[in-house]
Formats: sequence, C-alpha cells, structure tokens
Amino acid sequence: MKRTLSALALLFCLFSTSTVSIADAGTEAALAADPVAEKRLQELSAELRCLVCQNQNIADSNAELAQDLRREIRGMIKDGKSNGEIIDFMVTRYGDFVLYRPPLKASTLLLWGGPLLLLIGGMLALRAYLRRRSLRLADEKPLSSEEIRRAEALLQENEPK
Amino acid sequence: MNRYYWIIGAFAALVALLAVGLNLNPRDVPSPLVGKPAPVFKLAVLAEPEKSVGPEDFRGKVWLLNVWASWCVSCRQEHPVLVEFSKKVDVPLIGLNYKEVRGDGGFDMNKMPADEEKKLALQRAGKWLSEHGDPYRLTVMDLDGRVGIDYGVYGVPETYVIDKAGVIRMKHTGPITPEVLAKKIMPLLAELNR
Repeated sequence: MKRTLSALALLFCLFSTSTVSIADAGTEAALAADPVAEKRLQELSAELRCLVCQNQNIADSNAELAQDLRREIRGMIKDGKSNGEIIDFMVTRYGDFVLYRPPLKASTLLLWGGPLLLLIGGMLALRAYLRRRSLRLADEKPLSSEEIRRAEALLQENEPK
Repeated sequence: MNRYYWIIGAFAALVALLAVGLNLNPRDVPSPLVGKPAPVFKLAVLAEPEKSVGPEDFRGKVWLLNVWASWCVSCRQEHPVLVEFSKKVDVPLIGLNYKEVRGDGGFDMNKMPADEEKKLALQRAGKWLSEHGDPYRLTVMDLDGRVGIDYGVYGVPETYVIDKAGVIRMKHTGPITPEVLAKKIMPLLAELNR
C-alpha cells in the first residue's frame, strides 16, 4: 500500500513538473515572435550552465539570472551576433565555468585527460595482474611419479569398500 | 598481504579525493574579470538620482564595489561588517544596488512602468540604508541588472576590489565575514595603496 502511494506521488511529481515546463516554454515562445531566433536561443542556452542552480542549463533554469541571460541572448540574436560572439560574451563575464564543454587548456588538462589516464592505468594494472597470474600458473610443475603414487594411495584408502 | 595494501591504498586515495572535492565551495567560481578593467557603467546615484557616476569617477583610488539589495538575506548578514569597515578604513565603498524591485520577486513587472520601478527602488533602498546604517560613499542603482551581468554577478552579495588603474583585483562572492575582511581584503587594500 505504502509502495503504491509513493509511486503515485512520484508519478504526480513527474507529471506536474513536466506540465510546468511546458507552460513556461509556451510563454517564453510567445515572447519571441521569431521561431528561428528562438531555436538558436534554445541551442545556445542548452550549452550554457546557469550559475545559480549549477546543474541546470540556462534554457531549463527558472532562476532570475537565467531569465535575464536569456533576454540578453535574445537581444544579441536580434542584433545579428554570431553564436561565437554570444558564447564569448558569456565567457568574459562568467568564465569557462558557464560552458558545459570547457575548452582544452592547461587548467582543464586533467579534466579532459583524466579519463584517458584512468583507462591507461587500468590497462597497466590488468597487464601486471595477468602477467603475475601466468607466472604463478607456470610455477606449478606437474606432479612427480612419487607424488602420483602417494595421491593414489590416499584416494584408495578413502574408497568405500 | 600485498593485495590488501593495494585495496587500502586505493580506498585512502578515494577518501582523500572526496575529502578535498566535497570541501570545495561550488559557489566559488573563479571570475574571469580579475585582472581586467572594471566594466564601464553609468548609473543613477541613490542619494541624487539625477546624477550618475561610473568607474572612471574613481580613477586613481583603490575602491570597493559591493553588490547588494534590500531583499537579499545574506546582505543583512554582512552589513554590520561593512558598516564597521567604513568607519575604520578610508577606502571608498561603493554600493551597487542590484535589481532592487524586480529581484524581489513580489512584484508583477509586466504591470509596472519604468518610472514607477525607479521611484520604488530608490525609496526601498533608501529606507533599508537608513534602518541598517549606510556604509557606502554612494550607491548606484542597477534597476534591471544589466550592469550586474557585465560584472558577472550571479549571487548577491558580491564584492569587487578595484585598483587605482581601474582594474578588478579581487572578487568575493557571498557575504563578507570579519575573517574574509581581515585575511583577504585588508592585506590587498594595503598592498594596492602602497
């Protein structure tokens, strides 16, 4: 019973948030008469992080700052600025942090190279492990005839009569 | 035995990584404006709304720009520190009042004409300063937050230290605590004023 209730609650949450965002998209689209410009705004702001709620992009965020920034971007699109110019505008004010795809430079080297480094480290560890394992297996010599005889004697001892 | 050292070592490394990572402040975003000239603005002064000032009016002085608003809760927290500072230190502290009316969230901005917004903003900001003390040499009014965007403001309060040449030398996001003032701002002011 409890489980059904919480599932219902979850469903309700999901449903209500999705209707809210649809409603917002509607009013925002109404604000901008030009659908081409609006599409560019959507594309651009999906690349940009909102600094207030840091795990949302500017397109999704309802924070006031994100609204202001969308207004700025709309203005720049209207002025015929290129995407590069608009991204530059954001970066000069808020830094690389606003970009979901930060540029490759000295300070972001670890960020970009980290996964590769981990992969190389993992492969080296795997190779070392496999090598040690094969050495260990090679170390195990086959049984001598004396050992075989003793083993068989032991087995026969336990054999039920 | 050797194998256990590996596991313990890996675990310790993970703990160290998380200890550092989780103690970082995600709000502490380095500003690209540090080392760059303070963005130009021309904004109305709170005490004399027909007059407007900009960063060039403070050329040749080391000064502080503090972003605040009466609706900002953390500003209330840092305000006594600023009042103390202004009594003790002879460094111009300029207030940038950020979106006094439209940032508040309690108003329907579609229905409010610009002149009414300005009047209300001046009234609210003035009232707040007379209630809590006015540490600012002057306050300028950024009604729509446009100047805030140029300064990369994303949370109020924020404070900028600007040198004699008009270059931003430091940005602090969040309320100024006595500790931040003593350890970061005062030494920098002393160095810049030398």
